[in-house]
Amino acid sequence: MSELELRQTTVEASASHAVIRRRGRMPRAGTLVSGAFVLFLVAATVAPALIATQDPNQIAPGDAFSAPSTAHWFGTDESGRDIYSRVVAGTGTSLLIGVTATAIGLALGLVLGVLASFGGRIADFGVSRLVEVLFAFPGLLLALLVIVVYGPGPVTATIAVGLSTAPGYARIIRGQLVSIRSSQYVEAARVLGRTPGRILGRHVLPNALIPLFVLATLGIGQAIVWASALSYLGLGAQPPAAEWGAMLAAGRTYLATAWWMTVFPGLMIVGTTIATTVLGRAMTRRGRSGR
Amino acid sequence: MTDAAEPALGPSLTPVLDVAALRVAFGATEVVRGVDLTILPGECVAIVGESGSGKSVTARALLGMAGADSRTSSERLVVAGQELGAANERTWRGVRGARAGLILQDALVSLDPLRPVGREIDDPLRIHRRMSPAERRTRVLELLAEVGMPDPVLAAGRRSGELSGGLRQRALIASAIALDPPLLIADEPTTALDVTVQARILALIAGIRERGTGALLISHDLAVVARLADRVLVMRDGEIIEQGSAQEVLEDPRERYTKALIAAVPADSPRGARLSSPESGIIAAPSAAPVAMSVRTPSSPAGTGAPLLTIDHVTKTFPVPGGRFTAVDDVSLSLRRGETLGLVGESGSGKTTVARLALALTRPDHGTVLLDGQEWSALDERRRRPARHRIGAIYQDPLSSFDPRWNVRRILADAAAGGRPDARTPSTGELLDQVGLAASVADRRPLNLSGGQRQRVSIARALAASPDVLICDEPVSALDVTIQAQILDLLDELQRERGLALLFISHDLGVVRHMADHVAVMRAGRVVETGDAERVFVRPEHPYTAQLVADAPRL
Repeated sequence: MSELELRQTTVEASASHAVIRRRGRMPRAGTLVSGAFVLFLVAATVAPALIATQDPNQIAPGDAFSAPSTAHWFGTDESGRDIYSRVVAGTGTSLLIGVTATAIGLALGLVLGVLASFGGRIADFGVSRLVEVLFAFPGLLLALLVIVVYGPGPVTATIAVGLSTAPGYARIIRGQLVSIRSSQYVEAARVLGRTPGRILGRHVLPNALIPLFVLATLGIGQAIVWASALSYLGLGAQPPAAEWGAMLAAGRTYLATAWWMTVFPGLMIVGTTIATTVLGRAMTRRGRSGR
Repeated sequence: MTDAAEPALGPSLTPVLDVAALRVAFGATEVVRGVDLTILPGECVAIVGESGSGKSVTARALLGMAGADSRTSSERLVVAGQELGAANERTWRGVRGARAGLILQDALVSLDPLRPVGREIDDPLRIHRRMSPAERRTRVLELLAEVGMPDPVLAAGRRSGELSGGLRQRALIASAIALDPPLLIADEPTTALDVTVQARILALIAGIRERGTGALLISHDLAVVARLADRVLVMRDGEIIEQGSAQEVLEDPRERYTKALIAAVPADSPRGARLSSPESGIIAAPSAAPVAMSVRTPSSPAGTGAPLLTIDHVTKTFPVPGGRFTAVDDVSLSLRRGETLGLVGESGSGKTTVARLALALTRPDHGTVLLDGQEWSALDERRRRPARHRIGAIYQDPLSSFDPRWNVRRILADAAAGGRPDARTPSTGELLDQVGLAASVADRRPLNLSGGQRQRVSIARALAASPDVLICDEPVSALDVTIQAQILDLLDELQRERGLALLFISHDLGVVRHMADHVAVMRAGRVVETGDAERVFVRPEHPYTAQLVADAPRL
């Protein structure tokens, strides 16, 4: 028996070879750098005091507008506050807004998506049209609308960003669920006499939700950019809070003389977005070859 | 090359393809190991072998397309008079299309879905020839007419997705011969097509060859090869292990491997005869116990007693823009214990809808389906569910019928858990053993198994619930002929052991003829002919059946 089995596998060995090779491959350099950067961000969120060089809100009027140096790595702002320490202090706020907003968007998207794919034809029609209408507005405009109604502040900004990302997630989740529900393995489960509840819990939801986590990683970067944009417009976190978008707005007045006030918070936003996106993509690739 | 095998064109002709010691390696693995190959004008040479034998890679290497990670070397590689041993990508681009045309298996993926096929055929003309747009347009229409496209003007404006499989393949062939290349490489050109369409495409390729084009045919289908090739090369593990004229190789093979390949073709071997050959020791059969040829246990004659599954005047329609499409039109079939009912027809004839009706996955508009004399289709799902274990299914593509997150153990355990209440739940090990798989397979995922192993797992899953009826929808059409033989033998064996009733759906007449006791031929939703399998194939009554039988390629 085992001998026969062995022969059979040798015939097909060449086919499975490619799969194994792809799986065993080392992560790319970009993935490693991004991973290191995200680790730094997490550290800055959990223990900002350990990474910052001084108190982010400590004023030193004598040191105002000093260029980057060994004492102040990223320079100082108009009140002599250390930009590096403020960037580190702002990490927590920005990440929290990004993660929470994404979670809100996903949760809402999930509700809408499940409703559309399981609620029958009328629910599907209703949700799909609603999502299309929401899609017609630029996301930021939708967020602004929420802020106009509920007033500025970090909490409303988070909710606003979450709400405006929800339609995108809803559409993707609906598509996932619809395709899985019509997949052959769900049909196979029906042939085996499984109840709809069991099929949903064992096949449909797990297979739909796992790719969603990857999607969420990609979404965090976008949410951070949007939250920063709102703060920049003065609608999110308010000064003197150390938040990247708010810091950008504060430094804008001095752009000609003190470039470091805007460049470093800006770099953090860009860096975080790129790092989370690269990681999200790496996870997508892994997921694809691993399945 | 063997002189005897050369066609009557004379030895003075320059070969259109002359390759010596072709080697292709991916990393440390050499997949083509020293292939010699010569093709004369007007000659058709076929390479046959199982998947993974290196035949497709060989074909691609001849066009400099073996792949990005590959290393190709050869002592001599001359295509239509041009030495290409050290050719760079630029030179290759000049060769492809102009000196050698390529036809692939699936025209749907080979043609750009967003462009009209006329533009696709126009591409080689535009790139390689200096012709005015008007001249090119004329030539495109000429080519489409040449490949037998009905209404070339209309077809030129269609996108590949709007054409049927056969017409798409014609369009692809038109683009391959647009520059009239001396060499045509066809890699599984008819594998995805129905028999009648296949017959026409093969005739088309034969016609192109008549004009003096040399053809290299890559196929796993020996029947196709028998119809077209002058010479046959049998490839295994990257080497040519046997070659000669088509007649020599197919009728009097020397190598055991070739013999096993030919024996695996089910076309004319009788019902119940083993296809896979354990005694040859080359292609492993799953079961160690040799089964006597052509023996049915007399104690349980097939097709006696009351029908297990009855499909009674069933009609099923689907809404389409501007009306309803009748997929199944007043079909009646019945299936008894231990019997195999073959359901034959071309794609779109309604076979799969019949399968779905039998499995009660869809409700008939009219008529009824009975299981063991009891209402089946008319029950509501809640009442039907407890009896679902009595009827199982295996599919054409087993991989997509498994939850991608689950390994084999979980798949089988899950299936066994819902079995017959009065029966003992079989263990995963027992189930794997029944279908000839090692216990070690249990912890692997279907993705990492071969096609044959996947289909075995799929059968094990279907058996886990101890069904009385098994619906097999094209269960072997995605498999190599040798693996196909093993799966067919396995189904045969299981049927004998358990008295299973099989509804066996296939477009492959050879397979159905080998498997079925009774046959129903479907066309456009209707059953045009039913009867004893031998009778239907030997003395078809309906002209459509006769046409199908005539078109089916055989050895």
